[in-house]
Amino acid sequence: MHKKDKKGIHELYAEDPLAADKQLWDREPLPNTRRGFLKKGALTAMSLVLGAKMVHAEHFPAGMIPAALAGSDQPFALPGKHPGLIVLNDRPINAETPPELLDDKLTPNDRFFVRNNGIPPENVDLSTWTLTIEGESAAQTKTYTLAELKQKFTPVTLQLTLECGGNGRKEFNPPAKGNQWSTGAVGCAAWTGIRLRDVLEDVGVKSDAVYVGYYGKDTHISGQADKVVISRGVPIDKAMEAESLIAWEMNGKPIPMLNGYPLRLVFGGYPASASGKWLSKIVIRNQVHDGPKMTGQSYRVPCKPVAPGTKVPDEEMCIIEGMPVKSLITFPKTGATLRQRQALPIRGKAWTSTEKITRVDYSIDFGATWQSCTLEPAANRYAWQQFSADIRFPEIGYYEVWARATDANGIAQPMLLPGWNPRGYLNNACHRIAIKVTA
Amino acid sequence: MREPFDNLRPILVTLNLSVLVLIFCFGYLLIGDQVVAMFDQPKPMDMDAYRASAATAAAEDVDRIENGIHVQSGLIYAEGFDIVRGTCTACHSAKLVTQNRATREGWEQMIRWMQETQGLWDLGKNEDAILSYLAQHYAPEEVGRRANLDVEAIEWYVLDLE
Repeated sequence: MHKKDKKGIHELYAEDPLAADKQLWDREPLPNTRRGFLKKGALTAMSLVLGAKMVHAEHFPAGMIPAALAGSDQPFALPGKHPGLIVLNDRPINAETPPELLDDKLTPNDRFFVRNNGIPPENVDLSTWTLTIEGESAAQTKTYTLAELKQKFTPVTLQLTLECGGNGRKEFNPPAKGNQWSTGAVGCAAWTGIRLRDVLEDVGVKSDAVYVGYYGKDTHISGQADKVVISRGVPIDKAMEAESLIAWEMNGKPIPMLNGYPLRLVFGGYPASASGKWLSKIVIRNQVHDGPKMTGQSYRVPCKPVAPGTKVPDEEMCIIEGMPVKSLITFPKTGATLRQRQALPIRGKAWTSTEKITRVDYSIDFGATWQSCTLEPAANRYAWQQFSADIRFPEIGYYEVWARATDANGIAQPMLLPGWNPRGYLNNACHRIAIKVTA
Repeated sequence: MREPFDNLRPILVTLNLSVLVLIFCFGYLLIGDQVVAMFDQPKPMDMDAYRASAATAAAEDVDRIENGIHVQSGLIYAEGFDIVRGTCTACHSAKLVTQNRATREGWEQMIRWMQETQGLWDLGKNEDAILSYLAQHYAPEEVGRRANLDVEAIEWYVLDLE
């Protein structure tokens, strides 16, 4: 299977020290002095990794590994992120959260997965950041400052789950290209912002509107300045839902740079790629939006089921418009050993793009029998729900605990992989952890 | 009669205090949010994992090969390595290569996709060498409909249930 190796900090710096500086710390050499120029945010990020405030940061040469990190082969943490995140890719940055780090009711900002298609913007200035609404189906073109968005519209806070469409890709066979996500491209946070529909209505939506697309301020990894990295969106009906947000806060704090600071869309239930980051423009379209990664095979699955390995022409691929019912065991971490007399408490999360999860079951005999878990209601639609159970094991030995969620329509997770698709999306096969029971 | 100096003392003390308060306020304005942020957030990493020492000569490691792997990039060191590294990592991380598996045809499709949408240039005669390298060293493995849990990779631990 694919080995996931973590990227050492030396590796990044050895490849291109200046680029590594810029990428990891948002630090650039000043043209005259070649000294690393630390912006305020970057300084904070670097300080966080070092665990202490860095003094004389302005004298720190660009492209040098901080002394505290030098001489170490240990994997490093991404700026503002927990070191336990698994870095799948460093250009662009993609990192997933191991299941045991998703045990909090709401995913802390530093544990929220990162799926970047390009390079996050530099020099974010809150006073000059604007959001423009335009497009064929917009009654007018209108631009708002951040302050105007905050003052003019009613703020709202909702718990919304975001999951990458390719979460679970790693298991598909034949393999699908792209970041080989295991289980951790998912998180649920309390997002604070305003309803997208309030803004759209303020601008005016023509009756022929069918889709809403976004543009962000990230830049393409190839360095081509004008190349749009990704510009996806949602049907107008989804955009007008009460849970569709333009957000500036995550769990009561500014959104982390890697997750879209200072402004992003949040559409619960859709592939997270629809929730544009570093949001600067929204287009109201009179056709299905056709920005980069809306078309071709990206974030699409075969309209009709296909056999594994089938080549599917573009015109037979349909846009993903909802993430499937899914769950994750967040406690204990896989690999736990316990005594047979002990009951094993398990905890986890379950989520769906449909109305709600109505039950979660677990199995310790590879799906032969299932027992129900205690399930808590969702805080709101598209929030994940917590489940728990206490498990007794009949005898010593090797066990797997499997979890299976079922939604209000009676749709449950499969135990094997769901339908193969060329790009490896929508794997919602039940999560499994390994347990050893000793005498 | 008191010395004028004695009269000045409480004024000087007050002035000094005022200046201190001003400095503190200024400092807070400048770095306050960073300091608050540091206390506000969980410690992001275990510093024990990081040995404080002089910077190692990272440059010397650029060409290090271990167990057939080019350590810096993680790519398999074999015929075609140089051209693959030079071409692929011009834009993206080598990890985007090493975490993927495909047949020669599959790798070719990825190259075409990058050429059509991501600004990859015509690879000319290098394409054959690149495809041969990728197809040989990063070929798919048959894992069935669902693989066993990777028991070898599990770090077993005693769960404290007290």
